[in-house]
Amino acid sequence: MTDITTDAEQAGFASDLTQSNTLGESVRAYISRVRGGDMGALPSILGLIVLFIVFGIANDRFLSNLNMANLASQSGSIIILAMALVLVLLLGEIDLSAGVTGGVGACVMGLLIVKHDQPWFVAVLVGVISGAVIGLIIGVLVAKLGVPSFVVTLAFYLGLQGVTLKLIGEGGSVRIDQPVIAGIANNNMGVAWGWIAAVIVIVLFASLRLLRHRRKVAKGLQHQPLAVVVAQIIALTAVLAVAVFVLNQNRSVNPNFSISGVPYVIPLIVVLLVFWTFALGRTTWGRHVYAVGGNAEAARRAGINVDRIRISVFLAASSMAVLSGVVEASYGGKVSTTSGGGNELLYAVGAAVIGGTSLFGGRGKASDAVVGGLVIATIVNGLGLLAQAAYLNFVVTGAVLLLAASVDAISRRRRSATGLG
Amino acid sequence: MSDAPLLALRGINKSFGVAHVLHDVDLTIYPGQVTALVGDNGAGKSTLVKAIAGIHPADTGDYLFDGKPVTVHSPKDAAALGIEVVYQDLALCENLDIVENMFLGREQKSGIVLDETTMESRAREVLASLSVRTVKSVRQSVASLSGGQRQTVAIAKSALWKSKVVLLDEPTAALGVAQTRQVLDLVRRLADQGVGVLLISHNLTDVFEVADRITALYLGRVAADVAVKDVTSTQVVELITTGRSANVAGPSTPAASV
Repeated sequence: MTDITTDAEQAGFASDLTQSNTLGESVRAYISRVRGGDMGALPSILGLIVLFIVFGIANDRFLSNLNMANLASQSGSIIILAMALVLVLLLGEIDLSAGVTGGVGACVMGLLIVKHDQPWFVAVLVGVISGAVIGLIIGVLVAKLGVPSFVVTLAFYLGLQGVTLKLIGEGGSVRIDQPVIAGIANNNMGVAWGWIAAVIVIVLFASLRLLRHRRKVAKGLQHQPLAVVVAQIIALTAVLAVAVFVLNQNRSVNPNFSISGVPYVIPLIVVLLVFWTFALGRTTWGRHVYAVGGNAEAARRAGINVDRIRISVFLAASSMAVLSGVVEASYGGKVSTTSGGGNELLYAVGAAVIGGTSLFGGRGKASDAVVGGLVIATIVNGLGLLAQAAYLNFVVTGAVLLLAASVDAISRRRRSATGLG
Repeated sequence: MSDAPLLALRGINKSFGVAHVLHDVDLTIYPGQVTALVGDNGAGKSTLVKAIAGIHPADTGDYLFDGKPVTVHSPKDAAALGIEVVYQDLALCENLDIVENMFLGREQKSGIVLDETTMESRAREVLASLSVRTVKSVRQSVASLSGGQRQTVAIAKSALWKSKVVLLDEPTAALGVAQTRQVLDLVRRLADQGVGVLLISHNLTDVFEVADRITALYLGRVAADVAVKDVTSTQVVELITTGRSANVAGPSTPAASV
């Protein structure tokens, strides 16, 4: 038998395999990907820019240093909860109980600190473990019993609110004034430390990227052009530099003392982002999560324990939800009976989807949660500053969620039409 | 038949409740040969494949691998022996790229980190050894591949794992002319590398083009087990539709018995 090349699309395989495209080609390839419906984080980044312009014009306090720092703290719990949701959405599942799971975990933490005089790290650990147990139960019900995650987590959404109510007692709340916990959202790194941390992050990112690029070139693997790698490094440097610069300005309204520095919640988010980017992108577990989300039957035939992946994802997501609950408690200074039962979950789902994570599974990244979370937090923050009636908040947030889900559905259709997947 | 059979099934019976699907079926797969399994819908082709793959183990009968009796009760047992099944409805994840799919479930690691370097290089080697020239890049997402290219990736996956026996369930069923061509070439090259290939197909043109032997099933029994050069297409059609054909020996050909 001879090799026959029959289609134009089947031109040379061996030759252009590892060919490093030029920057121009990469840009064109990116544009065609976007047109084909593979938009990634692009809509959310554009949306963020538009929102900043609109709110900046509508209210002169929006772009003030004080509000920018507030925005950073405000977005913390949304971003972390959105990271939890990204994990679950990657499987094509949903966790409607993530918000209240965070509430229960934060409540456990608060009670341990206030009523049982436990050190903060023990309290946080036990809180996270209670989240993990909740996630384990949800995961087993979804994976082993085959109950749709929508129903299981809706049941948990109701049930766990009862648990919080029982733990705290009718109408009460637990004050969080433990300095470390309260400091997550309310205290700031020193000005110098902010810069040092930013430099460390940039140097690490740049050296990892450049080393990986060099290794790929050396081994003849497929790689991006160097210019793209450099552009990414420059973009990260610019974003971090602007953010740290703004947050390091004095934002105190009282001239007698100054408030400046990066809120501690930001390094926390960076650590979680690095962790989940690594876990999803560079480990077997992460690869299997994408596989199960993309085609569970194919994953099963490939020998992947699909049930175990599902359970582990729900467990991880609920644990992350508790971290989000802790940050929320830190920001609000208390855990109440309604913690996590309000808009938190819809904000987080919206953040994940706006960031580019698909509701249909198999597509998304941890960084989607950060960009999407900033969009949602900006909307909440901006509308709050405009002092609009509460009803508008609900309507706008609902509309944004619907818009994001529609964009996701449309881009999925375009992807299948253009074969980009 | 100079070589010893790689895989031999003897007197396989399989029932689902009252339905007796396979009656004393014999099947032999030789290394370096393409054995075609033909038969009408309901003849028991899929059941036989599932029995080999360990998905629905046979009720009675002998399962000989490399001349030694083995028990295959689950897909894992079959995989451990080096038996790979390429299913008709492709078992690929569209959101992953070619390398990721080829190594799915068997990822190479260095420490806890995925060893992308090794995986990408090996995937490329295997595709090159099978003269696969139809994919632009091994880092292309599977969603962007045509049906034939996907089938190619699925088959190449079995070559990657040095499988001894590859079962292909209707690999050309949904493909166009050119793509069928590529897949058949690939099947041939796989056999030329010493793999025992079982090709399940409805398409006699494909069978005559690529197969060395034909095993015809008729209502759960083996109607014939013959070398391709000894039969004509018309005779095979008769075997498929009526279970017998003039001038074709029945299931007791010398080649078929050990």
